[in-house]
Amino acid sequence: MTTASAVSTLEQVLERYEPVIGLEVHGQLLTRSKMFCGCSADYIGSPPNSNTCPVCLGLPGVLPVINRVAVEYVVRTALALNCEIPEDSKFDRKNYFYPDLPKGYQISQWDMPLSRNGHLTFTVDGEEVRCGITRVHLEEDTGTLQHAGDILQQARSSVVDLNRAGVPLMEIVGEPDLRGSEQAREYLVRLRQILVYIGVNDGNLEQGSFRCDANISLRRRGETGLGAKVEVKNMNSFRAVQRALDFEIVRQGRLLDQGATIPQETRGWVEAKGATISQRSKEYAHDYRYFPEPDLPPLHLGADFVERVRAGLPELPQQLVARLQREHGLSAYDAAILSAEREDARAFEALVAAGVPAKAAANWLMGEVARLSRETRVAIQRSGLGVEGLAALITLVEGGSINGSTAKELLEELYLPGGDPAALVGERGLAQVSDQAELERLVDAAIAQNPEAVADFRGGREQALQRLVGGVMKATQGRADARAVSSLLRERLAR
Amino acid sequence: MSSDTVAGLGARLRRGETDPAELAGRARGALESIADLHPVLRYTDDLAERQARRAARMLAESPATAGPLCGIPFAYKDVLCVEGVETSAGSKILQGFIPPYTGTALGRLLDAGAVPVAVTNCDEFAMGSSNENSAYGPVGNPWDGSRVPGGSSGGSAAVVAAGAVPFSLGTDTGGSIRQPASFCGVAGFKPTYGRVSRYGLIAFASSLDQIGPFARSVDDVASVFTAIAGHDPRDSTSSPTAVEPVGEQLGKGVAGLRLGIPREYMAEGLEPGVLSAVQAAFALLEKLGATLEEVSLPSTEAALSTYYIIAPAECSANLARMDGVRFGLHIDRPSLTDTYLETRGQGFGPEVKRRIMLGTYALSSGYYDAYYRQAQKVRTLIAEEFDRAFEKVDALVCPTSPIVAFPKGAKSDPLSMYLCDVLTLPVNLAGLPGISVPCGLSEGLPVGLQVIGPRLQDARVLRVARAYEQATAWHTQTAPPRAGAGRLA
Amino acid sequence: MTLERDQVVHVAMLARLGLGEADVERYREQLDAILSHVDRLQQVDTSQVAETAQVGGLVNAWREDERRECLPVEAALANAPHRRRDHFEVGAIQE
Repeated sequence: MTTASAVSTLEQVLERYEPVIGLEVHGQLLTRSKMFCGCSADYIGSPPNSNTCPVCLGLPGVLPVINRVAVEYVVRTALALNCEIPEDSKFDRKNYFYPDLPKGYQISQWDMPLSRNGHLTFTVDGEEVRCGITRVHLEEDTGTLQHAGDILQQARSSVVDLNRAGVPLMEIVGEPDLRGSEQAREYLVRLRQILVYIGVNDGNLEQGSFRCDANISLRRRGETGLGAKVEVKNMNSFRAVQRALDFEIVRQGRLLDQGATIPQETRGWVEAKGATISQRSKEYAHDYRYFPEPDLPPLHLGADFVERVRAGLPELPQQLVARLQREHGLSAYDAAILSAEREDARAFEALVAAGVPAKAAANWLMGEVARLSRETRVAIQRSGLGVEGLAALITLVEGGSINGSTAKELLEELYLPGGDPAALVGERGLAQVSDQAELERLVDAAIAQNPEAVADFRGGREQALQRLVGGVMKATQGRADARAVSSLLRERLAR
Repeated sequence: MSSDTVAGLGARLRRGETDPAELAGRARGALESIADLHPVLRYTDDLAERQARRAARMLAESPATAGPLCGIPFAYKDVLCVEGVETSAGSKILQGFIPPYTGTALGRLLDAGAVPVAVTNCDEFAMGSSNENSAYGPVGNPWDGSRVPGGSSGGSAAVVAAGAVPFSLGTDTGGSIRQPASFCGVAGFKPTYGRVSRYGLIAFASSLDQIGPFARSVDDVASVFTAIAGHDPRDSTSSPTAVEPVGEQLGKGVAGLRLGIPREYMAEGLEPGVLSAVQAAFALLEKLGATLEEVSLPSTEAALSTYYIIAPAECSANLARMDGVRFGLHIDRPSLTDTYLETRGQGFGPEVKRRIMLGTYALSSGYYDAYYRQAQKVRTLIAEEFDRAFEKVDALVCPTSPIVAFPKGAKSDPLSMYLCDVLTLPVNLAGLPGISVPCGLSEGLPVGLQVIGPRLQDARVLRVARAYEQATAWHTQTAPPRAGAGRLA
Repeated sequence: MTLERDQVVHVAMLARLGLGEADVERYREQLDAILSHVDRLQQVDTSQVAETAQVGGLVNAWREDERRECLPVEAALANAPHRRRDHFEVGAIQE
């Protein structure tokens, strides 16, 4: 008999049980205006209830009007996720009472969504995973509630802000094809990347413009049926998703080991406790009473609409990775890093277009630029130096005008304020010393001034050469071509 | 032309015999003198004053371009939003609600220089056929104050019938303009669904509601219709088709037109007086050159059930926003759920609660297919039957209501009240234009003739109605004078 | 098919309509009578018919993605029964 104990570890649970995970993602669309009215969709930071109108306030007598671009963005997303776009779709009313839902119903899509039957393919641990996408549909976001004291169940009152009510929201429902928390995490990373790439969502989990809920059940390995499903909410980062799912796997596994049944319920992830807590105790199950929205005629999207959206679809991450390898000879690893964010890939291509060799461009971006970007919290594209300035700088190094360490210093100095690297090199006389005669003179001087180092080197100590190189560098305020110096020294000392 | 019509008053204004402020004052006085009928919920004095000044300016500066409604006083139903004016939908739950915006139809009337003087009483949230469901008290019929004026736009019909204002605005979801027009002996028109914007109309049933005018002549109805009709980008259900200019059609008469009489509408328990008045109207139309033939609309019987699934279903959702959070009545309870229950339980009257429950039931899990989905399918059948009839005839003629105005309190059973609308609600289900014009009296009470046309043939409906009207004197008949009652002109 | 009392209670709760005890039975009776009439719909053969999606036959009624002016905060809150500074206030929400 296996050691099924109440304190089985994750690994032990996973030996016996297979997790079945389906993820639901809600993403706010990057439109200018809300889904059904002309209020701004960019509400973050607005004072409470300053971004509303009679329509999104749900006042008596108002009517919704569909934002065409929101429809396009969903179709764009659906195409990027390999979905079918049926010709006919419509909006429906989803009816329930809650203070952040002004009309007492949410305009959403029920049985005729904008798209269905897609998939997202990605790799985890070298294994290819193909996760089905059930549907992508369009709806409106609710307002926000703040509870006095922050804990819903204990609050004696709450306050409502409707700035967010009516912002266009895209719902992406994934099939329960994911088999573990790592696959779930990778699915979300890939999905988020695509949404940001195609410009429909800003991928911000913390601010809530990209939200994820999970459905997870366990079954004995080898079985094909589905166990009782638990919904998990309130995971505000990819790490939280992974931790929450791992917690659920262990929690459910232990219960199953004890022969208990898993209550089908909704649980909320509590970061501080590292646990999911049951959100049960809704005395009233929701009956949403969906029916077609009578204020909105249905949508009929013909082939020309879809093809126009498809033609406007930017290159997707996977396509870009393949192209970077093909066209620029980058390794798969480098290509993946550079394409994690689309604007980094653009920066790379801009450098190459400006004449920077691909490998150098990649190294600089992934190395020094990445470091500075992290430290200053300013991306190269928005730095004072900019991609153009960076191209100029790298060209100076590649062309031998300055050496590597001078270039690094200049990058650091010019990154935020900007400036013209070539001009500075001229002004300060930073040009690399690479004149052969000058180098020979400097090398001879260093040899003459460091007899011990010479002796050590000739005696077999390689590191001694560095002291001599250092001497030349010091004499030239770091502007000598270190490689050339090094090889000249060897030449001289070999005699 | 009668001096208290839109056209008559317009002429007097342009001749300088009166001015907008004076007309508004007289209208207000006339309304006050019928206060015992209780057709008015509140007066819009500030707005009237501003609009009267605006109209006077328009008439002075550009009399040629000022339209027929410029300077004309009117009243409108308590379900139409105007910025800064209380709108309560005849309900306690919206008592004190002041919209921060003006709806499109009313906005167009204001831009035309019309002068709103009062908000009229109506059945709560436009649900009713007698104006006895208002939370603010019932309305009396000017022809007999102990009888109902019809509903739900009873107040709007009564003020025109009493001669206090030349026109008013009402709304029609299942007959709520046409039936009160019939009961009160005035013209009442429901345009094609989508012809007039619903933006600003407190929604009852979204796929059935339309705003329309009451007046004492089809010409006046046409003037108001022209001012308010047309596409509105704020209403996604409003028709993008250009409005056919009504003026050209109005005077063409009925010679050569084929008019259909729906067999099923003549069998619906018509009072003898209604039947004889309507048959006399048919005979007159024939004399005027129209050919009349019988048509059949077999699904008429199913229309009542269809309507009483779809309308309540839509209203159950439309009224969910009345939750005491952002506006309206709020009854304090410690918990949110109890606040909802108390506010809505006390704030809504019995008929509204009945329809919300009916609608909620029809949409609820397990019942959706049998009720709501089935009703929307039968609706298609009803619409198709009208389409087929209109392949043979140009318009339909029939009674508006099987009965004349009944005494207040006579129909306490909800279902018997619903049956008042059997001849009007199929028209809403099919989204067609329909008008009621007076065609006689039965035991001293008005009878209405209904004309129904194909979708977007509003002009044709008005044309047929006008031809009939001009060949009779029913539209000039006024309610018997009432002690102390003043008239506008 | 008779409408049962607990169906009325259930529907009233779904619609957040507080009904007194006496009311429940009265509404039950009235709704039952209406539903009995309305049940006639079941007899209509609709096997060859599609639901009416939009009585005017319109499709694709949409607008361009343009911003319009908002309401000033005071106007948005002007009708609020309870407000706390610039928020709408509600009582305890017990889920």
